[in-house]
Amino acid sequence: MSAGVSKSGWEVVIGLEIHAQLATKSKIFSGSSTAYGADPNTQANLVDLGYPGVLPVLNKEVVRMATMLGLAINATVARRSVFARKNYFYPDLPKGYQISQLELPIVEHGELYITDANGNEKCIGVTRAHLEEDAGKSIHEGLDASSGIDLNRAGTPLLEIVSEPDLRSAKEAVAYMKKMHTIVRYLGISDGNMAEGSFRCDANVSVRPMGQEELGTRAELKNLNSFRFIERAINIEVERQIDLIEDGGTVVQETRLYDSDKDETRSMRSKEEANDYRYFPDPDLLPVEITDEFIEAVRKSMPELPAEKQTRFIDEYRLKGDDASILTASRPLADYFEAVIAATDASPQIAANWVIGDLAGALNRDGLEIADSKVTAGELAGLVNRIHDNTISGKIAKQVFEAMWDGEGSADDVIESKGLKQITDSSAIEAVVDKIIAENSGQVAEYRAGKDKLIGFFVGKVMQETKGQANPGQVNKILKDKLKG
Amino acid sequence: MDIHLKTLTELAAGLENGDFSSVALTEALLDRIASLDDKLNAFVTVTGPEALAAAARADEVRKSGKGGLLNGLPIIHKDIFCTRGVKTTCGSKMLENFISPYDATVVEKIAAAGAVVLGKSNMDEFAMGSSNETSYFGPVRNPWKLECSPGGSSGGSAASVAARFAPAATGTDTGGSIRQPAALTGTVGLKPTYGRVSRYGMVAFASSLDQAGVITRSSEDAARLLGVMAGFDERDSTSIDQPVPDYLASIGDSIKGLRVGIVRQHFDAGLDQQTGVRVKDAIAVLESMGATTLEVDLPNIDLSVPTYYVVAPAECSSNMSRFDGVRFGYRADDAEDLLDHYCRSRGEGFGDEVKRRIMTGTYVLSAGYYDAYYLKAQRVRQLIADDFRQAFADVDLIVGPTAPSPAFKLGDKVDDPIQMYLNDIYTIGANLAGLPAMSVPCGFVNDMPVGLHLVGPHFGEETLLRCGHQYQQQTDWHLACPETFK
Repeated sequence: MSAGVSKSGWEVVIGLEIHAQLATKSKIFSGSSTAYGADPNTQANLVDLGYPGVLPVLNKEVVRMATMLGLAINATVARRSVFARKNYFYPDLPKGYQISQLELPIVEHGELYITDANGNEKCIGVTRAHLEEDAGKSIHEGLDASSGIDLNRAGTPLLEIVSEPDLRSAKEAVAYMKKMHTIVRYLGISDGNMAEGSFRCDANVSVRPMGQEELGTRAELKNLNSFRFIERAINIEVERQIDLIEDGGTVVQETRLYDSDKDETRSMRSKEEANDYRYFPDPDLLPVEITDEFIEAVRKSMPELPAEKQTRFIDEYRLKGDDASILTASRPLADYFEAVIAATDASPQIAANWVIGDLAGALNRDGLEIADSKVTAGELAGLVNRIHDNTISGKIAKQVFEAMWDGEGSADDVIESKGLKQITDSSAIEAVVDKIIAENSGQVAEYRAGKDKLIGFFVGKVMQETKGQANPGQVNKILKDKLKG
Repeated sequence: MDIHLKTLTELAAGLENGDFSSVALTEALLDRIASLDDKLNAFVTVTGPEALAAAARADEVRKSGKGGLLNGLPIIHKDIFCTRGVKTTCGSKMLENFISPYDATVVEKIAAAGAVVLGKSNMDEFAMGSSNETSYFGPVRNPWKLECSPGGSSGGSAASVAARFAPAATGTDTGGSIRQPAALTGTVGLKPTYGRVSRYGMVAFASSLDQAGVITRSSEDAARLLGVMAGFDERDSTSIDQPVPDYLASIGDSIKGLRVGIVRQHFDAGLDQQTGVRVKDAIAVLESMGATTLEVDLPNIDLSVPTYYVVAPAECSSNMSRFDGVRFGYRADDAEDLLDHYCRSRGEGFGDEVKRRIMTGTYVLSAGYYDAYYLKAQRVRQLIADDFRQAFADVDLIVGPTAPSPAFKLGDKVDDPIQMYLNDIYTIGANLAGLPAMSVPCGFVNDMPVGLHLVGPHFGEETLLRCGHQYQQQTDWHLACPETFK
């Protein structure tokens, strides 16, 4: 399947509803902590528990965060938005309603650019983003016949970001999701932790014959919380729908759940069974009024976004486009890179090569995030500096880096303790070169007869003799001079 | 004069002069309640030991020359205000054994002013009712005639003040629940501007209409108590951040030149003729004191009852959802599954009137009906508010009857919800428009009290209280005490 067209001439149409948990210290309508992983119900106060008489008070920080997202995706930030109650009964929903936004959301009409399968930039419309509170969760483990409820998560602020049905393949859906993931983390408005459920999505998936204007009936895939699952679930659902239609059946509008163990989607409830949520404006909360001044102040406080940063890295540091893209994929990585180049006179591209190459490799190998890197940006700069000032060669540097990663100290410590300092003394190199020429008269003759490629053989020999510590440039030059005869 | 007949203001002076102690006062009132409340059923909970302890503390504080505005003064809370450590039932089986872990802001403020709380008063279940007959704990009786209703939903508070169990009580008013019982028991009832008093800790019925207020015997006492209760509360987003005036400072001022509006529709066929006569007499008294009257038009006021009975049940249906038997309140035994748990906990925990409003509210918010009912009602509500705004361009106050008739007999209207709802026909407009309004005793019809209704513009409480106080300087209806409770 490529670019949304299945082999059989179907077009895939996908819209995503992303739920991003906002990184506030306290809940959206109460002062309870939002920290993850506390003992059940230790972070639920009377407001979260929905006690009689309590009232919600808006945490203004969520308004600032939603405004940041709105500005980042070039959306309209509503000067007036309204909280509404979404009414339904469930034990993890203490008030019997969820405070959300329906008719007047805080953000509308945004856009996000992704790269499609052909490498072209594609604009994905963002219909809206609205603020709402999360529910608690039911606990069944460790309780015999009964269910428990943990309300720690109840009242955690969420920003639900709804896309237009502009995505045409599972890959595009993942690209969009990743882009949004990068943005919310850049903005610092969500930690984006998918394993903890801080960033998850529902996907509305439908198919239609290529060229048909009208949308097919959609199924909603609930609670996809990893990039892999999103791609997998969508592809499986697309296949299911196409098979169903090709076999003469029809897709029904329903909510489906992706089972990653069985690798299938299953019906949760049909449209007929869907709740009537009886939304109405929440009389306990005033409309959120936002001034132009507020929006301008937020705009001024906005961090540089990935796209801008990428352009700057190319312009300012003369990085290759791909490298700039990789380095700006996350703010901590970009910050790390900039910290390295701030501490070295070497060219930014060399620093970039190290961050993208050996450092990323080591992080990947040990399953670490950049924030947990065993080699700090300052330490890596120290290593790059030693390459830059010819203390060591790039090749030796790899050895030094590994030692640094293993906790053997700074670049200088490792170079000193292992005696890896580069030999730049010409007379010393000359002595070795003379020795190699003397020992390999046959190859010397062949070289002089025109077999230039043999220079590599001689360099290798010299490096072997010097344990790789001779300056490669000098070795090359001296070898060539002496081989001329 | 017997101590129980004294107003809050007189008791404050008595305590200050050392004529009696708060402990003695509290004991006297607790004795009255113990011996007389069997007749009224005005209390759900009497907090005797707590009250005596608070009185003793107040007496101590007074010795040190300190003490708040209500130091040592007795008061009763409607059982809708959450009180830490004391049951808060809302007149419902659902909360029969509910003990709140926190105090409502109103309760906190009144406690901070040094008041002594005698107990929690009976009320219509979750404040839904106009006769006090929907209470799970049985109806409250009217001190003036025990077979009659005291009105509702703050019927226990009104009956208690009328029966001289206490000089003051708190109440809440969503469609008339302070003013109608005040009128029917011959007491003063004030519902402030929406947002003037915090709703935090007051169990919600219809959040956009609910407002806490006071029931007393004199306007002066109402001013004193409101001053303590009012003010911005950061825990209630709908409370308004505006300074609280000294309501007592201006009540002595003349009402000469006060422009008083009269709404024609308030004197039409729905009003009991004799009640109309008393109200007109009262207006004549205001005129005699220098007020000028003119007719004002509220063209949409006739729509206030149907509008209210869409908006209030809609909000109620959502507000009642938290009573699901999961975390607190009544819980049916041995539920088969989750649905059975909900159906039986709520089916058994709520009374008929609450269920009726939940069903009505659920209906008007349903897909396909929302626009026709809820949205339309909100538009009419806006029209009614606009009508009042225009009227207040010409007048300082609007006056009329509080209720269409004096107290009716218990049982008379329980089977006819529409007749019951019409009891609030004159009071609901103020809730829909968020305006302050007050009922002041203005005479009797067949030995039953009648109330004069005063409505002011937003934050017009000072004018209401001044007008009420000046009227009470000229009249003595509020001094009359029911025979059984003298």
